[in-house]
Order: sequence, then structure tokens, then C-alpha cells
Amino acid sequence: MIAGQGLGLRAGGRALLTDVSLELRPGEVLVLAGPNGAGKSSLLKILAGETKPGAGTASLEGRSLSAWHPRALARRRAVLGQHVGVAFPMQARAVVALGRLPWHGEPAQTARDQDAIAAALAEADVAHLAGRDHATLSGGERQRVHLARALAQLDGAAMPAALLLDEPTASLDAGHRASLLRLLKRLARRGLAVLVVLHDLQEAAFVADRVALLEKGRLIACGPPEQALHPALLQRVYGLPFRHLPGLGPIPMLGAEGALTPG
Amino acid sequence: MHISRIAPPAARDLTAVVLAGGAVLLLAAMAAGVLLGPARISPGGLGAVLADWLGLAPLPPEFRRDAAVLGVIRLPRVLMAALVGAGLGAAGAAMQGLFRNSLADPGLIGVSAGAALAAVAAIVFGATVFGVAAGALGLWMLPLAAFLGGLGATLLMARLGSIGGVTGVATLLLAGVAVNALAGALTGLLIFTADDRQVRDITFWTLGSLAGSRWEQVPVVAVLIGLPTLGLIALARPLDALLLGEAEAFHLGHRVEALKHLAVTLAAIAVAAGVAFTGLIGFVGLVVPHLLRLGFGSGHRLVLPGSALLGGALLVLADLAARSLAAPAELPVGVVTALLGAPFFLWLLRRKAAA
Repeated sequence: MIAGQGLGLRAGGRALLTDVSLELRPGEVLVLAGPNGAGKSSLLKILAGETKPGAGTASLEGRSLSAWHPRALARRRAVLGQHVGVAFPMQARAVVALGRLPWHGEPAQTARDQDAIAAALAEADVAHLAGRDHATLSGGERQRVHLARALAQLDGAAMPAALLLDEPTASLDAGHRASLLRLLKRLARRGLAVLVVLHDLQEAAFVADRVALLEKGRLIACGPPEQALHPALLQRVYGLPFRHLPGLGPIPMLGAEGALTPG
Repeated sequence: MHISRIAPPAARDLTAVVLAGGAVLLLAAMAAGVLLGPARISPGGLGAVLADWLGLAPLPPEFRRDAAVLGVIRLPRVLMAALVGAGLGAAGAAMQGLFRNSLADPGLIGVSAGAALAAVAAIVFGATVFGVAAGALGLWMLPLAAFLGGLGATLLMARLGSIGGVTGVATLLLAGVAVNALAGALTGLLIFTADDRQVRDITFWTLGSLAGSRWEQVPVVAVLIGLPTLGLIALARPLDALLLGEAEAFHLGHRVEALKHLAVTLAAIAVAAGVAFTGLIGFVGLVVPHLLRLGFGSGHRLVLPGSALLGGALLVLADLAARSLAAPAELPVGVVTALLGAPFFLWLLRRKAAA
């Protein structure tokens, strides 16, 4: 549903992305993986419509993202960025309620909005934090509150709709990482298109229907995890030997000889 | 969850209650502003004047002085104070939301400094260089110069703060600081060349006063402040989205560039119109939105209109204090608002640091 064709992006004389083409399909979890600086976040921003590509086109349902009215776009895709802050003291529930902004024509929340907010709070496991000031929450709790905001935004969206997440597991504990990944799988089964940047390759192998592996701004593999996360490929990209363990995915061999020297 | 269908959301109730309270407060302040002051109005005089205004009974000649004080002096003055305060409050709330900083002030966008520069230029050069124009414009020359100067400075700041068509809020902030410094320096140069009488005029203008309020100014200010204030209130939803950041506001469906330009322009008009007629009045735009946020949360549907109502009430009361405390002399109203505002600002800083 969201597709990039020949995407390129340059900043400060450096190529951040070069000729990247990929499509996010409804009902799938597509993981963006790759080393630091590979262009994962830049690609996500382009596919969110937030950054205009320097080359190529990004489109939603065949129509260029820049041709969509931001409001119409907001009713079809939600984005969970890294390190989202709130400028002023605000209850967690009010933060989640911001996710309903694209929906109500009149200023006040409708019963429909109330239901969407309650459902999103429950789904992100933050219902018990609803009355807390956002500023007093831990990093992981905040992350989940913003996840709930993104979920509230997509409640009632015309399908297919897309959820784009940039390193959503970064500040979560092991338990909440697992429940977030399971939630992403459930959302995809409901028909949502889920694009997620992940650093942990085991998490990627667990959650992904497909993995897009980026290196230095180029898409070097895109396919099912067993292909795109092949140990030989990963060793080339990360300069570190990997071993594939059944049911666990690719495991970096930190203790292996020469593991920490690239090449 | 089904209870929420029956009970209206608490937030909606709170907004309605707070805004109704703000409106009552503003009306009460305006009533006090009209009735109280150094010149005492007897209850009989008040009754007679009201009866005359309502067309119930002709004004007995012994109450002519009371009618003049109420109708010619106090009523336009109170209306001006309410309008200017409302503009400052709403502009302050919008700028704090736009810059995502609770210490932002309408002055940050260069409008006050630009208006001051133009006003000082009008005071210093008015009689000589603009002699003909000054004669034609009369008492309107200073406000017109200040209004245009304020808008010009904001325009310059917006131009300087925008790089490659993208206006970064941090760049905008720095451009505002630079424009303020430049305007301040040029104002200093003008003061350096001014004579003693002009320096005195300049000093009083920069301290702010509503003493010059006249009926013919009221409709002009009502339009120039009322319309942008309503416009800012209409930006409540996008400003709410902006609480999360610029990228997030776009994700939530808002054109952030257009929003920034619109909010800055509306705030600049509202503030410039106020500064033009009443001089520099500080702290209203800073303190009022803050009080509301502390008490009732950060939602702009409450904070924006609430700041307009409360800003109006605060300036009406500050003006009442300004003309009553040292009667028959008048304190500059900017001194009164700063006397109230500065300690509050310091308390705010310390509270923030402690949190």
C-alpha cells in the first residue's frame, strides 16, 4: 500500500539513501534492519510522508504522498517516532487523545473517540498510567503511551492502513518488548501494514514477515527473514559472525575470534 | 467504557466551566474598572448615568461630571485594556505552544522591539522629518508607526528564521533574539540623539499606559485584536498536535509550515495593535497562559480562549491599580504588570528547576 520507487536522499553532500525500492503490503510486518547510519530512519520518514525524497517517488495506494492532504494521510497511517516528548505537563490519557485529532470535526471528543482511546490504552498496556503526568513516566512507559496514541489514531481507519514505528522496542523491558512484537503481529493479522525499524535481529526474525536489510543507504536484501537475515549476509553487513539457531533467529557470535574487527 | 457514552467527558466540562468563570471574571473586572477609580462616583450618580444610557430618564445636570468620567474616560479605557490584555494573553499562549516553551513571550517574535523602535523614531523625528504626515495623522501617527514597526520586525524575523523554505522553531527563536537585539540597539541610538522632552515621552511610552485611550481607538483595536485573537483560538487543535513536536503534528494531519506562519502572523497583529496604542506591557502574555496550564492542563481549547479572557481581566485590574495606587498621579501600567509578573516568573523558574 505504501511504496517507494527508486528512492534517493542526500544531506550535507552525503548520500543517505540510494535507489531504494520497496513496498509495504497490507497484512504484513516489514522490518527495516541494518547497521547505524544505514538509512533506516530516513527511509521510514520518507515513507511516512514527512521527508520528501531527493529522487524517486513514495506513494500511498498509487498516489504520491506529497499529493495527499496531511489530514487524509493521518487517517490512513500513524507513526511512532523515536524519543517523542511533550512540551508541557500533560496526562498520559490526554497524550493518547491527541491520536484522535485527525478524526473529530468538532472540538470535543465523541463517544467513538473515547472508546478508541480506552481500547488503545488497554492494548498498549498503559491503562493504569492514564491519569499520570506524562513527564513523570519512565522512558519505556512513555514509549508505550505514544504507541497507544498511534493505535488510537488508526482506530476506525479505512483499510488498508499503515503503522510505522522507529525502534519501538528501544527503551522497553524484555516483557514489554515481547508483548509489543506480539501486538504488531496481531495488528498485521487484522490487515494493518506494519513497518518497523528494529536493531535486534532476533526480534526481527521473530516478528517479520519480510525483512528489508539496508547497508550504507542501499537496499541489499528484501525477503523472508531466513533469506534477508542469512548469517553470511549479516556477517558482511555487520562485520561480525552470526549463527542461525532454529526458533531463535540469527545470533551474533560476540566471543568468536576476530568478531570485533570488521572484515 | 460504556459509562463514557452517558457521562460527557470531564475535559469538556472543565473547559466550559473554566471559560465561563473567565468570562465572569472579565466582566466583573470591567465593571470594577468602570466604577472604581480616583474620581468617586456616587451611587446616585451611577444610577442616573445608567438610566440615561438606557434611555430611561434624562441626565440631571448635577451628574454631568459623573457621566463624563464614566462614558468619556473610563469606559473606552476599560474596553481598550480588556482588548489589549486579551490579545496579549492569546498571543502568549499561542507562542508558547508554537515554540513548545512555557517561557516564550509574544515579545520573542520581535513585535514589541520593532514597535518600540518605530514608536521612538516617530517621537524623535515625528515633528521634523514627518512634519506634513504628522500634521495629517495627528494622534494616529505614533500608533500607526508602532503597528507597522511591530509587523515589519516580525516579518523580518520570519524571513531570517526560514532557511530553504523550512522554518525551524529553534532558528526562528534565534532570529527573534537577533531582531530584538538589533531593534534595541537602533532604539538606543535614537534615544541618544533625542532631546530631554523626547526622552521623557519615550520612557513613558515604553512603560505602557492606557491613559490615552479614546473612543475612536476602540473599534480599530477591536478589529485588529479581536479578529487575530479569534483566529488564534481556532488554531487550538493544530497547536495541541504541536505539543508532541513538528514531525508528530504532521503525522497527525497538520500542515506545520503553514501553521507556524499563520500563528506568528496572527500573534504579531494582535500584539502590534496593542503595543501601538498602549506601549509596552510585559508579562501578561507570559503569566496568564502559565496560570491556566498549571491549573487546568495544557489543552489549547482551554488555554487559548482562557488566556484571552484572563489576560483581558488582568490588564483591566492592573490598569485600575495603576490609576488608583498613586492617585491623583498614574503609575505606568507596564510597571504594575511587571511588578506582579516578575516575581511570578522567578517563582516559575525555580519551580521548574526544582522539578
